[in-house]
Amino acid sequence: MGNIGVWKFIGRRLLLGLATLLVVSIVVFAATQLLPSDPARAILGRDATEQSVNALREELGLDRPAVEQYWDWLTRLVSGDPGESFNARLPIMDYIGDRVLNSLFLLVLASVISIPLSLLIGAYSARKRDTAFDHVSSNVMLALASLPEFVIGMFLVVLFSTIVWQVLPAVTVIASGEGPWNHLDQMILPTAVLVLGAVPYIARTARASIIEVNESDYVEMARLKGAPEEVVLWRHAVPNALGPVFQVIALNVAYFAGGVIVVEFLFNYPGIGGALAASVRVRDIPVIQFLVMVLAALYVTVNLAADLATVLVTPRLRTRLK
Amino acid sequence: MTQAVRIEGLRLEAVASGHDIVDEVELTIAPGEVLGLVGESGSGKTTVGLAVLGHTRRGVRVASGRVFIGDTDMLALPERELREARGKLVSYVPQDPSTALNPAMRIGRQVVEVLEFHDFGGSDEARRARTAEVMHEVLLPSTPDFLRRYPHQLSGGQQQRVGLAMAFANRPKVIVLDEPTTGLDVSTQAHVLATVRNLTASHGVAALYVTHDLAVVANLAHRIAVMYAGRVVELGPTAGVFDDPGHPYARYLMAAAPDLGGEREMVGLPGRAPSPGKRPVGCAFALRCELATEECHVAFPPPIEMRPGRMVRCVRPGAVPDRTKAPPVVASSSTVSEKPVLSLRDVTVSYAEKQVVHDINFDLSPGECLVLVGESGSGKTTLSRSIGGLHHEWVGTISLDGKALAHSSRDRSVDERLRVQYIFQNPYSSLNPRRPIGASVARPLMIAGVDEKEADRRVGEMLERVSLTAAHARRYPDQLSGGERQRAAIARGLAADPEVLVCDEVTSALDVLVQASIVELLAALRRDLGLSMLFVTHNLPLVRSMADRIAVMMEGRICEFGPAHDIIERPQQEYTRRLIADTPKITVNGHKDHPDA
Repeated sequence: MGNIGVWKFIGRRLLLGLATLLVVSIVVFAATQLLPSDPARAILGRDATEQSVNALREELGLDRPAVEQYWDWLTRLVSGDPGESFNARLPIMDYIGDRVLNSLFLLVLASVISIPLSLLIGAYSARKRDTAFDHVSSNVMLALASLPEFVIGMFLVVLFSTIVWQVLPAVTVIASGEGPWNHLDQMILPTAVLVLGAVPYIARTARASIIEVNESDYVEMARLKGAPEEVVLWRHAVPNALGPVFQVIALNVAYFAGGVIVVEFLFNYPGIGGALAASVRVRDIPVIQFLVMVLAALYVTVNLAADLATVLVTPRLRTRLK
Repeated sequence: MTQAVRIEGLRLEAVASGHDIVDEVELTIAPGEVLGLVGESGSGKTTVGLAVLGHTRRGVRVASGRVFIGDTDMLALPERELREARGKLVSYVPQDPSTALNPAMRIGRQVVEVLEFHDFGGSDEARRARTAEVMHEVLLPSTPDFLRRYPHQLSGGQQQRVGLAMAFANRPKVIVLDEPTTGLDVSTQAHVLATVRNLTASHGVAALYVTHDLAVVANLAHRIAVMYAGRVVELGPTAGVFDDPGHPYARYLMAAAPDLGGEREMVGLPGRAPSPGKRPVGCAFALRCELATEECHVAFPPPIEMRPGRMVRCVRPGAVPDRTKAPPVVASSSTVSEKPVLSLRDVTVSYAEKQVVHDINFDLSPGECLVLVGESGSGKTTLSRSIGGLHHEWVGTISLDGKALAHSSRDRSVDERLRVQYIFQNPYSSLNPRRPIGASVARPLMIAGVDEKEADRRVGEMLERVSLTAAHARRYPDQLSGGERQRAAIARGLAADPEVLVCDEVTSALDVLVQASIVELLAALRRDLGLSMLFVTHNLPLVRSMADRIAVMMEGRICEFGPAHDIIERPQQEYTRRLIADTPKITVNGHKDHPDA
């Protein structure tokens, strides 16, 4: 690539991303401050004396001014130390590091399967526009898109794990310290739910985008030059159709981060979804803050990647960068 | 002589309705011959052009007929062989290269690609060499740096040359050119036409040149086929068709063609060709033809050989409609002595902080028509938008009746805004699609504070002024043809009771006959209402008969300025001379400059 403009673009967008994260950190911090109950009381329980609650508040640093607390938290977060869980009294990374990794693995697995799959379906439906395949796939997509994940998930459990066939585990049992990659059979259903949730959106966008490009003058021109259909599709249509598709992929990967919470609950998967829910219940503020920041960072990264990919496949945008 | 192309009994239909889009088309083209296929938009000329490549657009199918290239029937080929023929045996040059070149591919790749599809030369080296050669043939550089460019990094003229390079790369027998110079300015157009002429002549390539512009094919085509409502109504050698058109429609086309010499007025013809499904049983032109008789409505006339090699489908071949007998130009009587209505002093315009128009000075007298002519990018539209208050980045003085105007129309008084009216280039986007025509026309009246009843009356009056009817007030823009829309836009301008009408390329989106009728209308309005006009155009001949004075713009400056007659007859500047020389010309009844002559 060697194009200095592209690097400048990346640099600029990274800075913007960091600025976004900074704003998110302020919002997250402020929001946790506004939570109605006192974490010290939540930890010690309703019967604790006022004295012990105050002592704990002091120990956790909750008696200091909010700005000071924020600054302290932010500087430690930037230096790679998200702090200690109020509840477990353990460094956060020790406490939920595994879970972050587990969720990330699920997310990557779902992305790696859903993206190529939906592009293929989209491209094929576009090419077979208005044929039986196109109509059937369109309707199936629409049905899938209109079902919430937990419905799809329960349906899959009924089908593959319980009533119809018993071929796949209905819940995941992954001990801490054990990677989910050692239990791939247990990954199938959670991944399938996420994939089925995302494929309709990406495939429909890909189909629409490729059809639009297919009607373009340059695709007609390619046919009139005698290009074989495969070349027309993969060389002339697809590269020009990718821009909008990248954006929808980014939205879906970001959506996985949210969908993960439902799916994890459904399959009892040890990921951040469970951790987040538990932390909110016990007002484990450092853990909540950390997890929200992780999700925010994921959103920013994914969107940055999509914008960059769009620029790279669009010469008109790329050559404008100087 | 064996024909390179032979089209027999071609009929193409709309898939959904079965209505004819094109019917009864019989054409031949000899090797090395250029056949001009002339028609308005919707006449089916592009559909015929694509059928020569065995291609139909979505929703169109071949109903019957054959298209032979040599001995190969393009309409009967299986897909694989059809693909092999396209780009090799017969190739296509698209109308708009800015959309027909793949924006995500380097141009060199797009040329090499067409060689690869047909395995030209058998090796990559041979293909690279041929690419360099064909780039040279179309007068483009073949340096690696140039070949690595993307389409958007090229000018419109260069893009079209890449289109030509792709078409000529495999040394085809036949080439179909679909209005390849639309959207290019006259100089670029002249270069592209010269390239087409040389390549077809030197390689013996048969060419089908599809266009709506008669002037373009006058000096290029050996023979002309005129299409109307999906049928070829006239066919013959260019000189013959131009000198003595056999079909009344062809006569109207000639009469509507702009004449740079300014020796005759242009004559337009309102109305439009019936679209597929609405075509009558008889001759489709009869609805607009003043010579039409009972017999014309009964059946479409069979081909008549008017003279050897001259085919006409009309029951009265060679008859001359009265309206096409062009009246001589009445010498303009405007005097440039009075106090100017509009004057520009040291006007300099910038676009995004880049200065694009420099030091413009001129006066527009009451009742005068000043034509601002120049190529695309010369700054003429930017200047006219500044006058209209639509563009704010300018310095200097623009004054109306001696009073300086504010930069933006928002800062001008209602009265000032009403007195300078702006007519836009594209009537398809200048009228609000969600308001009936009447509401759009009434807009300036509302601004002026006219009450509703009075406004209704005035709207009807304005619509009749522009040869529409009061009933048009209730219609929406999409129910009107392009010409009718432009008339409505003019009526809107007139409703303000303006002193100055700024017309920005107002005919460039319209068909030839409609163009002429709009110019006729503007000339009449100017005569009757004493309007001053600033007419911005790249099409000098079109406004020749109206212009009092001409200002030639080049690179943001007025490089030549004077009475219209002097500028046309005795251009002083090299640039003006080139502009006039590059303008394609038709001389009706006394056709010169023909390749065969």
